[in-house]
Amino acid sequence: MNKKLKISIKKSLKGILNSLPMIFSIILLVSLVDILIPSETIKLLFSGGFIDTIIGAGIGSVAAGNPITSYIIGGELLKQGISLVAITAFLVAWVTVGIVQLPAEIVLLGKKFAIVRNISNFVFSIIVAIITVTVVNII
Amino acid sequence: MINYKDNKSLFFLGFVIILYLILLIINKSKFILVLNKFLSIFSNIYYVFIIIFILMVIADYFIKPKTISKYLGKNSGIKGWLISILGGVISTGPIYMWYPLLKDLKKEGARDAYIATFLYNRSIKIPILPIIILYFSVTYAIVLMSVMIIISIIQGIVVEKIVEMKI
Repeated sequence: MNKKLKISIKKSLKGILNSLPMIFSIILLVSLVDILIPSETIKLLFSGGFIDTIIGAGIGSVAAGNPITSYIIGGELLKQGISLVAITAFLVAWVTVGIVQLPAEIVLLGKKFAIVRNISNFVFSIIVAIITVTVVNII
Repeated sequence: MINYKDNKSLFFLGFVIILYLILLIINKSKFILVLNKFLSIFSNIYYVFIIIFILMVIADYFIKPKTISKYLGKNSGIKGWLISILGGVISTGPIYMWYPLLKDLKKEGARDAYIATFLYNRSIKIPILPIIILYFSVTYAIVLMSVMIIISIIQGIVVEKIVEMKI
């Protein structure tokens, strides 16, 4: 096997292994919440209106980390009956808005750029969610 | 795409395991239900990680950050947009690996719009597609990715326009 491929395999394996503890934790936590907290309680947080989408985008903005975990959480929430628009906003904000890495972004790319980018991406996560779900429903 | 401060995620895992132990002590029957739920979720998705791993190896093998950064920013017009989008989509590794490169590009005069577009498309990762399809659907995955690519350009322009404004 050539050296370059070996390095790629090693790097990817390290990436996957590094992310496993967090992915395991999230699945464990999702299972716990699913059994112990009745879905009615989770639905209380989501009222079923447009505000759900804003809540979804808000939670996604604060949450950080591997997008794989966001899809696991989103997928399980969907089974609980949360609206697809809210979940999509959550998924999009998770990857495009980064409150946690904002300080690093400010230092490296400039305060104005980082703040404007994060705020506008928050708004865009809602727009993307609405367009995506509308198109999916039409198809 | 993936990276964690190891101790942080291990600490979190430890915390969740403690929650499980507490549940085992106070309510064994619920504990078994929770464990079964965990196993059912896990057995549904474990193979996706194998696909993700293979796709990550392929991406890492063919794409190096330096190659992308060489093209990003120097071009303008449609080519600049295409490279920002494509670069974002195929770029690998954690985001903080890219900040220094982007900082250099900015210094060299790359447009804010391209950098914002690049960052937006970083969220579109081919290796993650299997898990989106598993939990949602192929249609959903394709529509979401397409909408995000189109919006990435619009948000790039919006971000640039606002940043240029003298507020």
